[in-house]
Parts: sequence; structure tokens; C-alpha cells
Amino acid sequence: MHPAASVIIFNTFSGLGFGLLFWLGLGVLVPTGMSAFIWFTLAYLFAVGGLIASTFHLGHPERAVKAFSQWKTSWLSREGVCAVIALIVMAIYGAGLVFAGTRLALVGIIGGVASLGVVFTTSMIYAQMKTVPRWRHWTTPAMYLLLSISGGALLSGQIRIAAVLLIAGGILQIFAWGVGDTRFKTSGTDMATATGLGHIGKVRAFEPPHTGTNYLMREFIHQVGRKHADQLRIITIGLAFVLPVILLLLPFSHILAAVAVLSHIAGVLTLRWLFFAQAEHVVGLYYGKR
Amino acid sequence: MTQLPPPSAKKLGLVIDLDTCVGCHACVVSCKGWNTENYGAPLSDQQAYGADPSGTFLNRVHSYEVQPDQGEAQLIHFPKSCLHCEDAPCVTVCPTGASYKRAEDGIVLVNESDCIGCGLCAWACPYGARELDAKEGVMKKCTLCVDRIYNENLPEEDRQPACVRTCPAGARHFGDLGDEESDVSKLVAERGGFDLMPEQGTKPVNKYLPPRPKDEMPEFDVLAPYLEPVASDGKGFVGWLDKALSSLPGGAK
Repeated sequence: MHPAASVIIFNTFSGLGFGLLFWLGLGVLVPTGMSAFIWFTLAYLFAVGGLIASTFHLGHPERAVKAFSQWKTSWLSREGVCAVIALIVMAIYGAGLVFAGTRLALVGIIGGVASLGVVFTTSMIYAQMKTVPRWRHWTTPAMYLLLSISGGALLSGQIRIAAVLLIAGGILQIFAWGVGDTRFKTSGTDMATATGLGHIGKVRAFEPPHTGTNYLMREFIHQVGRKHADQLRIITIGLAFVLPVILLLLPFSHILAAVAVLSHIAGVLTLRWLFFAQAEHVVGLYYGKR
Repeated sequence: MTQLPPPSAKKLGLVIDLDTCVGCHACVVSCKGWNTENYGAPLSDQQAYGADPSGTFLNRVHSYEVQPDQGEAQLIHFPKSCLHCEDAPCVTVCPTGASYKRAEDGIVLVNESDCIGCGLCAWACPYGARELDAKEGVMKKCTLCVDRIYNENLPEEDRQPACVRTCPAGARHFGDLGDEESDVSKLVAERGGFDLMPEQGTKPVNKYLPPRPKDEMPEFDVLAPYLEPVASDGKGFVGWLDKALSSLPGGAK
């Protein structure tokens, strides 16, 4: 799959933002007044900034409001609805903390759960794709949720929770890569089923439909850069999980905490790039490619 | 709405004969011609005469080489367009309701004024039947020439999809695959028509007819005796020449 910058930025930063809103809503940290204002501004910048970035890859972003209508069947629509609910409920909860100094506990919990709901619905957009065997697995939503709450814990400075969640995240990601690498081959879809010609013999793509490229090949067949996947996986684990945990375990300082957050963000950006670049769509089979 | 309608009795679709298709791409050209001038946004090209040409097509013809365990490889031309699936995953993923399946005849269409161009339907389609138009920013797909098949302004013989009407080999057939008595259904039953990627669970309406087994050619040729290699007996002048040339450095033995 084509790793579009707008979608990678959306997945990374909205995940962090909604993860922070989750912890804020649960009341694990309860800032008031100016400090609450700063925390909520940070969370909204990440969450809403990512959502805005995600509209950049649309052909007609001006019609985006129509995307709230099909929540009965579409995970993308559900994500939109969930995001609006989470952002409104958390705005009410945040206003209570900033302006009245009171914690509306139930509102916060609803908003926190809705924030995780946004992350879950996003992950299901990918996990539902039967056409991309690597994504169609429980590790996809599990990894999205774990990354979001561990990133949120890291941002909000909960050292112990963040360290435990980051270690779990690193282990789950290595597991997800391991089981994901063979899933295309074992999915049951190959050139024989794609063409229905397998009963005659071994099928090979002889000539593509056109001499040039096309939308399908640009969007679904991404082979450039996959060759560095092994190195990028090591970089991902190092930056997203290992380095932040080491920095958290050192005696606390604001500079080390900032480096831990930046390292985590860089690692998650790499992780998301791999998430798309390494995902093979079955349509590639018609072109004899993956 | 992107909820799929209950399965329609009428299932309009195509039957493509892989035995007869000669790979001329006439269906590709007639499809692009009709659909760029009629239903919805035109099918744009980018750098059509430039170094890196690219464009939107609703129908593309691939070619595959199939190598059996015994005997010669076969070349099979393989036209591919929307299969108008009964369980169309491209419809249910659409967030706006732009992508829909018609309850009356099962045709899958895009309402372009509702399409936000997110591309998710193309992700969900295993067949590569949907292409986002780079100029218009909306999703394009085969309409089964919905603006021809019911069009009473056209002569009756033209009321079929442009690709079917134009195919010079008669490799494309259009009809109601929901009706067991229709010509297309009979053809599918008779020739063992199959689905593409049945394991994806999309239940395509369009069917493909497999290539017929190749005829066995008897080993008989009236000219064969006159075309034998002349120097096989190695006698006379030709025999001497054969030996002399072989004895030269690098000569064939």
C-alpha cells in the first residue's frame, strides 16, 4: 500500500492526542485552571491536527461532512462520528476543569472511552480489509490501542504506566510483524485464484494492460523501500519503545522526558510508514507483483 | 445508502470468454470512448503524450502465460472490469453513501456528487475495478453502461455495454445472470463459468469462461521428408564440407 504522508501523520498524532485525552478523561491526571488549559490544548492540537491532515488525501474534502452518514456499515464513517462525540464530550469535561476547577467524573470517563473508540474505529478501517491479509488480524486494533494509550501515558508523564505499556507495545509489535509476514502467502489468494486459470498450469503475468503506470499500481503496489524493512523495524523498536523506556527509568528530568517523547514520535512515524509500505494488496497479483 | 440491498432477482452482468478473447483491447477503447463522454465525470489522462502517461480506465486487458506440467505454454488475454459483486465490499465501506448497489438490477454505481474521493472502496475491491480519477478526484468504475442498456434513444442492438457491442471476437456477453434461462446463464452452465477470487467472498455476478483444451496436432507433415537436414548422412561434398568446417577452430561438432 502507498504510504501517504497525510495518513501517516494522522495515525501517529491523532493516536497520541486521543491517548492523552483518554488518560485526562479517566482522571489519572486532574489538572485545573491554566495547567488544564495547556494539557487540553496539547491533546486537541494532536488529535484535531491529525484529523485535519487526514483530509488532505481526499479528492473532495469540501464534502467531508457527508462522511458522517453511513455509520451503519462504514468504519470510516463510525470513526468520524466517534471523533466528533469524543471531542465534544472532552471539551465539556475540559471546560469544567479549566474554568470551574471541577471534575465532571462521568463526563470524563465517557469522553475517555469515546477517545479510545476513535482509535479503535480507525484501526478497524484497516483490519476489515480482506484484500490486505497483513492487516486483517486482531493485532491491528490491539496495536493501535496499545500505541495510543502508551503514547498518551508518555505524554502525560506517567512514568511507570508508560514504561509497562511501551514494553508491551514493543513485544506486541514484534509479534505482529512475525505473524504478518506469512499471512499473504497463507491467505488462500494467489495468481491461480485471481485468474481462475490455475487448473491449466502455473500462471505468470505476461503483459500488463498498459505500458504506463496507473492509479491501482501507485496506490496498492509499493515495492520501493521495502528492501530496507529489516533495518527500519530495528529503528522502529529502538526509537518507539526501547529508548523511551530507558529514558523513563533514568532519574527524571524535563529534557530527558522531552527526548523520550520525540524519540517515541519518530519511532511511531517509522512504524506507520512500515504499516503501509509493507502491506500487500491482493490486486497486485493481477500485475504479477505484490 | 451503503447498506447492501437484499439480493435482486435480476443480476445484470458480463460473461467473458477467455477462449475467444484475442487481446485486441477494442473493449478498452470503446469503454473509455463511451464513458468519457457520457455518465459522470470524464475519464482523464495525465501526460497522454508525455514521458509518463497515465489515465483512468474502467476496463483493462491483462495477458497471462500459463505453463501446464506437460506441453506448450498458453497465452491468455484477460479483460477485467467491475464484477458487480452481490456482496460488494466496496459499497459497505463507503462513508458517504456515494457507492451503492441498485436494488432493481444489481448494478454497482458511484454517485459522484457524494463521493469525497477517500479511495476506501478501491482498497476494499480485490479486483482493482475502481480507479480514482486524478483530475476529478472522484471514484470511477464500470457502470455496465447503465446509460446505454436502458436507453430507448439508441437502436435496440446498441442497448448493451459498449465493450460487448464492440468486441470483434464475440468474447463478451451481457445479460441477466439471475435468470437461469437467460443466454448468459446457459453459457455459464455449459462452459463451466467461474468466479475470480471466490475465497474473497464477494460473490461476483460477472463470470469467466475458461479456455477450451488445446487441440492435439497429429505429427504429420507432407513437406517433412524434403526439409530434413541435408548433411545428416555425411556423404559426398556436403559431408566433406561438414567435416572440414567442424575441424576449424570453434567449428560446430
